[in-house]
Amino acid sequence: MKIAVCVKEVPDAGPSRRIDPTTLRMDRSGDRSLNVYDLNAVEEGIRLRDAAGEGEVVLVSLGASRALESLRKGLAMGADRAVLVSDEAAVGSDLVATSHVLAEALKAESPDVVLFGQQASDGDGAVLWAAVADRLRMPVISQISELTVEGGTATAKRQTEFGYDTIAAPLPVVLAVADSLNEPRYPSLKGIMGAKKKPQETKSLADIGVDPGAAGEAGSRTTVVALSDPPSRGDTIKVEDDGSGAQKIFDFLVERKLI
Amino acid sequence: MSTLVFLEHHGDSIQKGSLGVLSKAAQLDADTSAVLIGSGVGEAAAKAGAYGAATVYVADNEAFAAPLPQPRVDVIARLVADKGFDTVLFAASVLASDIAGGLSARLDAGLNWDLSDLEGSGDALVGKRSALGDTVRADVGWSSTPRLGLVRAGSFDAVENAAAGTVEQIPADTEDFSTKAAMVEQAHAESSGPSIEDADILVTGGRGLGAPEGFGILEELASAMGGAVASTRAVVDSGWYPYATQVGQTGKVVSPKLYIGAGVSGAIQHKVGMQTSQVIVSINKDGNAPIFEFSDLGVVGDLNDIVPKLTELVKERRG
Ligand SMILES: Cc1cc2nc3c(=O)[nH]c(=O)nc-3n(C[C@H](O)[C@H](O)[C@H](O)COP(=O)(O)OP(=O)(O)OC[C@H]3O[C@@H](n4cnc5c(N)ncnc54)[C@H](O)[C@@H]3O)c2cc1C
Repeated sequence: MKIAVCVKEVPDAGPSRRIDPTTLRMDRSGDRSLNVYDLNAVEEGIRLRDAAGEGEVVLVSLGASRALESLRKGLAMGADRAVLVSDEAAVGSDLVATSHVLAEALKAESPDVVLFGQQASDGDGAVLWAAVADRLRMPVISQISELTVEGGTATAKRQTEFGYDTIAAPLPVVLAVADSLNEPRYPSLKGIMGAKKKPQETKSLADIGVDPGAAGEAGSRTTVVALSDPPSRGDTIKVEDDGSGAQKIFDFLVERKLI
Repeated sequence: MSTLVFLEHHGDSIQKGSLGVLSKAAQLDADTSAVLIGSGVGEAAAKAGAYGAATVYVADNEAFAAPLPQPRVDVIARLVADKGFDTVLFAASVLASDIAGGLSARLDAGLNWDLSDLEGSGDALVGKRSALGDTVRADVGWSSTPRLGLVRAGSFDAVENAAAGTVEQIPADTEDFSTKAAMVEQAHAESSGPSIEDADILVTGGRGLGAPEGFGILEELASAMGGAVASTRAVVDSGWYPYATQVGQTGKVVSPKLYIGAGVSGAIQHKVGMQTSQVIVSINKDGNAPIFEFSDLGVVGDLNDIVPKLTELVKERRG
């Protein structure tokens, strides 16, 4: 079974995330790592491959050339190789452009299963897989909390606003997994050492047959008009627990007359 | 200039969120219609006109009985092409997100999501959203038509007006690949037990509890404080706690006087369910957890140390 896992390098979580006020793009200067939600997709890909007893797990990504470093975490976990589409002309791609580039990169791989994490921790979109599935003309199931792939069919349980749905679809299929589906493994030392030696290809837009006008800002259909700070909730008090954490919460609640 | 609003229905009733988006759209654009796709939805369609739809387009077919996205993409894409709608809006939900994503690819149309407000109309339409886990507010627009937008749940109230719209049937044709996914089973939880929406104090447990047994210490704290226990999706999906206690986009929206989150990361879909809590206290061992960004008091530490001690202090005070 050939499994492609779409992954993304994102700025590290935390209050340090910022937007460049001149370009209105994410400030990409800080620490960066693999989107945590993608780890569940990588984990599931490895499990599916191992259960099938054959096949490979290919990481597919669109990003800056240095994103290979973040992708290596997936290789260290056990993915077999990585394909990174990296091109100046793809910088600033929105959903439409990103789904186009990824779909073309995926077509070159002809996977049986395309996996996504539940969302990117920077954009919080949770829509990309549906766009990619439409371009690949494959069925799609999202928000998966239980999954079996057997006899050419994927069967998945997912939560909606009303409870749980179980959906089945034949391969090839696009699957987006919830972070509750599995517990991503930590890469072993051997895995980390071996990751650098695994095949890691960087492709340009030309390599995958994408017209530069259909990627990046030229291929995007949404714009950012203005940015502002969110209304503050007032001063957040943040303390480290040095043994007095419970007392501090208690005092705070008493002061606010909540207990 | 014309706007189309997707109406999501559950059984015979149209989701309030969709009617809210329809009301708002009709306010911004006089030429607003709606589309309803399902099986046996005629009656529901007739009601939607009262929320501002000039025409309610209905694709009523057995094939749409299950709430699956891809056949709906086919119907909406054709409708948009035929009628020339330049804006298509959705109330965000699991189903609507999958439809909007697919439609964006099909129509090569820009999609802005998590919109909490809309201003202007036509080319001047601007959406308000948050980004980077709600640490930045952004005004977003579209550089071409059709413009697609997913509106954050609960952003607009459904407002009835007098005019009744007309109902028009539309073709129910679907593409081959769109009908490959099939519903096997729907397990829809009936809500039983005490409702977390009524509690003044909510103690919410996330995956940081490590195991279902972890909820024991939260139940003790909640009972000492006279509150209820709530949960996150990750916990519910894992079968650690009942669905009826889930706070968030696909769970319940709560606004207690006090929300205490223990081992909850504060993902945006959880936040939308509890951000209107009056006071937010959080305990998380990861100092970078997003929940600290919207807490009144955040304690960086292990909940297994902190929660039992807090329970003791509360019990002592209450005697
Ligand atoms: C369409 C969609 C709808 C969704 N709907 C919802 C919804 O309705 N509700 C919802 O909650 N989520 C929803 N989600 C999921 C959401 O994105 C998050 O995945 C989820 O909220 C995470 O739950 P969590 O905080 O329990 O788990 P995690 O994100 O895994 O967080 C666990 C936290 O516990 C901390 N921790 C671990 N051990 C300890 C310890 N000993 N002491 C203290 N802290 C500890 C960790 O640092 C971590 O921050 C939805 C997602 C999507 C895409």
